[in-house]
Amino acid sequence: MDWLHTLMPIAGVPIFWPGLIILGFGVGIIGGFFGMGGAWMVTPGLNILGFPMAFAIGTDVAHMAGKSLISTMRHSKFGNVDYRLGFIMVFGTIGGFEVGAQMIMWLERIGQINIVVRWLYVALLTLIAWMVFTDVAKRKRKEREALATGQKLDALATGLEWHKRLHKINIPPMINFKVSGIRCSAWLPISISFLTGWLAGILGIGGGLVRMPALIYLLGIPTHIAVGTDLFEVAISGLYGAATYSYKGRVELFAALVMLCGAAVGAQIGTVATKYVKGYGIRIFFGLAVVGCELSIIMKLLSGIFPNVKQITDSAATVIVLGAVSAISLYILIAFLKGVREERAQRRSQKVSSAHAD
Amino acid sequence: MTKYFPRLLGLITVLLLLPTQLFAAGGADLPDLMVLVADTRKFKGWEAWWGNIYNEGHLAFALITTLIIPVAGVILGLLADVVMSRLGIDLKNRALAEH
Repeated sequence: MDWLHTLMPIAGVPIFWPGLIILGFGVGIIGGFFGMGGAWMVTPGLNILGFPMAFAIGTDVAHMAGKSLISTMRHSKFGNVDYRLGFIMVFGTIGGFEVGAQMIMWLERIGQINIVVRWLYVALLTLIAWMVFTDVAKRKRKEREALATGQKLDALATGLEWHKRLHKINIPPMINFKVSGIRCSAWLPISISFLTGWLAGILGIGGGLVRMPALIYLLGIPTHIAVGTDLFEVAISGLYGAATYSYKGRVELFAALVMLCGAAVGAQIGTVATKYVKGYGIRIFFGLAVVGCELSIIMKLLSGIFPNVKQITDSAATVIVLGAVSAISLYILIAFLKGVREERAQRRSQKVSSAHAD
Repeated sequence: MTKYFPRLLGLITVLLLLPTQLFAAGGADLPDLMVLVADTRKFKGWEAWWGNIYNEGHLAFALITTLIIPVAGVILGLLADVVMSRLGIDLKNRALAEH
């Protein structure tokens, strides 16, 4: 089965190439569906497939730039991209990303990159999972309270509403974001994007994992605009990341292109699937994916702490990360196929009824 | 002020990042930098060529990578678009998703 492995020309490691296509396809679906790069699954995935951590991060960032560009093009046609907000956030993102990338080089020099990146991932994923499930729980409580008073909760209501306090910060210049429908200090999106950019640079993610919840909970913009604007940010930061990481010699272009072949199809399926799947169910599924990813990283950490069970924990990490990507991708793929079938049936019946009317 | 704010920020970002890039080109801390070399002895054809570009200097390597990634993304995206539209899906409109 040697033909299933190919030697990477730059990193010099043999890689199971179908794994790259599957990873690209699966994360393309998830990224397009949740409105993010999905690199938080790819970096550990590439590391598990055999890439050294610095190459896993660089290659991941490079492939993400191309994939997010595809999703942004699609979301832009849906009118879901707030370019004004996106351009302002780009400055914070780039500044933060550069600081993060420089820190990665420093961590690599002192030999602490694997342990720091993995622990930071665990902390971040715990925070995201807590945020998602707290939001879901609070919204359900609001629903129950509304039902008790005989009212129906607004479809746009959220559980967490931190943005209302943050919008009161009155540091000039104050800016109106018409597409998002908010007015706030320009420093708010800049600060958020700097922080998310720094995390993106140090973890090798597009920043969407933290920027998406931040756009919704801290800036208070509607979910569909957050999805499109976030992908626009991911595409820009990914491209900048591809440039800076390849200049530092940590990108395996061949692997990125193989992944992009799968991701191009996956990103389209994921983006279009949002037409058919809505609501808090998506967030719950997203929270579960975060927990799955976190478990796989904990397994990798355990293998470092307890070397005698390394084989078991490493295998468990691989099974969990590939299992999570496969299960969620399958769920979205089924939702997509079901939605397409219903839309086509609806169109056919419309045609038939209009033909009858004629 | 609001109108010129994004441009002002752009200028500040460029001014902040330019020195970093110049230092990265060889201005500072060179003894600490780790040098990675691709082992081209194992490859032939385009793989050896690509490895040599990497070994000769990372600037050309970075420029080609940064150019190929978005171009490949757009081409593959357009191809996927054609396939999707053939499935009979409305790719221009969708109902707003709830929060």
